[in-house]
Amino acid sequence: MKILVIAEHDNHTINAATENVITAGLSLGDGVDVLVAGHQCRAVAEKLSILKGVNQVLMADHQVYQHHLPENCAKLIAQQASEYDAVLGAANTFGKNLLPRVAALLDVEQVSDVIEIQSETIYKRPIYAGNIIQTVENKERIKVLTIRTTAFAGQQVEQDPVQILDLDTVIDNTQSRFVGLEQTQSTRPDLTAAKVVVSGGRGFQNSENFTLIEKLADALGAAIGATRAAVDAGFVANDYQIGQTGKIVAPELYIAIGISGAIQHLAGMKDSKYIVAINKDPDAPIFQIADVGIVGDLFEILPALEEALKKQNLIT
Amino acid sequence: MIILVPVKRVIDPYVRVRVKNDQIDKTNLNMTMNPFDEIAVEEAIRMKEKNPAVEIILVSVGDGDCQETLRHGLALGADRAIHVATENELLPLAIAKILQVMSEKNNVDLVLMGKQAIDGDHNQTGQMLAALLDWPQGTFASQVDLDKAEVRVTREVDGGLETLALKLPAVLTTDLRLNEPRYAALTHIMKAKNKPLESIPLEALGVEATDKQKILKVELPPVRQGGKMVSSVDELVECLAQAQVLPL
Ligand SMILES: Cc1cc2nc3c(=O)[nH]c(=O)nc-3n(C[C@H](O)[C@H](O)[C@H](O)COP(=O)(O)OP(=O)(O)OC[C@H]3O[C@@H](n4cnc5c(N)ncnc54)[C@H](O)[C@@H]3O)c2cc1C
Ligand SMILES: Nc1ncnc2c1ncn2[C@@H]1O[C@H](COP(=O)(O)O)[C@@H](O)[C@H]1O
Repeated sequence: MKILVIAEHDNHTINAATENVITAGLSLGDGVDVLVAGHQCRAVAEKLSILKGVNQVLMADHQVYQHHLPENCAKLIAQQASEYDAVLGAANTFGKNLLPRVAALLDVEQVSDVIEIQSETIYKRPIYAGNIIQTVENKERIKVLTIRTTAFAGQQVEQDPVQILDLDTVIDNTQSRFVGLEQTQSTRPDLTAAKVVVSGGRGFQNSENFTLIEKLADALGAAIGATRAAVDAGFVANDYQIGQTGKIVAPELYIAIGISGAIQHLAGMKDSKYIVAINKDPDAPIFQIADVGIVGDLFEILPALEEALKKQNLIT
Repeated sequence: MIILVPVKRVIDPYVRVRVKNDQIDKTNLNMTMNPFDEIAVEEAIRMKEKNPAVEIILVSVGDGDCQETLRHGLALGADRAIHVATENELLPLAIAKILQVMSEKNNVDLVLMGKQAIDGDHNQTGQMLAALLDWPQGTFASQVDLDKAEVRVTREVDGGLETLALKLPAVLTTDLRLNEPRYAALTHIMKAKNKPLESIPLEALGVEATDKQKILKVELPPVRQGGKMVSSVDELVECLAQAQVLPL
């Protein structure tokens, strides 16, 4: 199979999700080609060209692709895709925005959120907030898949650089215009790639209290996550939301604090390796899936936990 | 201005679905309008409240029960509704092709729809519809400002909030923070009974669904073995140390 992976980047650095997608691609074929569309993005193409498993990098470097708007990027990808058997992207807001548009241009149905590739045509994906796993057979002419990155390893070995092929196709876009990006500033690790996630819910009551979570997160080198309820209430920004309709995480350690454990939240974190739950309600459903739970008031437990971890020299 | 709002009838998000005889067991489950579509309906109504010249058309594809969901949308404030009747569970591209026909037939200026149906969790249909119509798309919208020829959309993306300006006609898909949907008032529920609701058989639209994708199996995910409780922070720390999940 000939596989095309759509790279995600900000014209300077590659989003780590792209590496997980390459790994998924390598379970479909012997190597993958990677497409980089952007502006002044050669550094990205060069980085990709030394990732093992990459056969060739296709680079469309032009101002019209600077903000990765789907109106023209999807057309560019669809043009290239006719040479391939499969087109893969990450099942995050970048891939979800772009790939269905590509699939429609190719007149094929897409498969979203692939968590397992059994063969060239058979994959598994979660539906109903992860309460059901579906096995899908996909015999479309070109397979368009979005990959759930937590289900595929991201570690990449390096190789000698492969060819970077310049695509000179310039597709104009007069339909949409980039106005701005309000980026959430954070010095913490990226939520979807973090080894430890400390996550808070409505139990924190207000945004001022929610900052209590930061001390523990920083001591653990963790990313901070949240429930929909916490985001809706304005405790944190929208991109902290974990769940069925937010981000999917699977860290080594997930600490859920003041979170009840609704199915929509579990959908985004239940594949974490080790789950800790702190909740004052002994019947909170989060306890049923937590490796270890403690019943109590988070405002007492949180400082005590920090103290105890410090005393044992388990955190900095 | 004509706004099309596609709405899907789904199992209540707070119900736990089960598998019976290798099928998803849908018997006696509470059904509702897909929550993201409720947000789309609400946004359309707010636009109509600002500009009475707006007409809101609902479309739902599915079996006869969808008409109940459409009536609910009419009670909320939509003007008329179209039911595209089929017993088959269609995939996103087929739905998008139906919506393309509906958009063209009804001279639609704006499609407002959910980013995701919470049953299939595809998150595809809006993007596909935009491609088929060759219209711009504003997905995962948390704020929408409508001008004469342009719509400004703030999108919930992984890195924060992105703002785009799109030329009309356009397709927008809603995220959770766009608005808080209202409840239907009793008087409106009564009035909705007289609003136009037509039903068209899928066959009449000339849209063909793919036979290239098949569901081979549905199953429950592996159960997570949790449930261990500790009664002190010290015990908790001991568990963490033993599990070797701390970064140090
Ligand atoms: C369409 C749709 C999509 C959704 N998508 C998502 C999603 O992606 N992600 C998501 O998270 N949710 C999502 N939800 C919402 C989900 O159903 C729940 O409402 C939400 O996860 C609840 O958040 P919570 O646990 O913070 O709040 P609650 O359910 O209110 O729980 C708060 C918990 O805090 C505990 N608590 C309170 N005070 C204290 C204290 N002092 N000490 C210790 N514990 C305390 C309480 O016992 C309670 O268990 C979605 C819902 C819908 C309908
Ligand atoms: N059967 C349907 N009838 C009407 N609208 C639908 C249907 N299926 C999907 N949609 C619309 O497409 C959106 C995205 O669905 P999906 O791509 O399936 O996650 C939904 O929120 C609806 O607005």
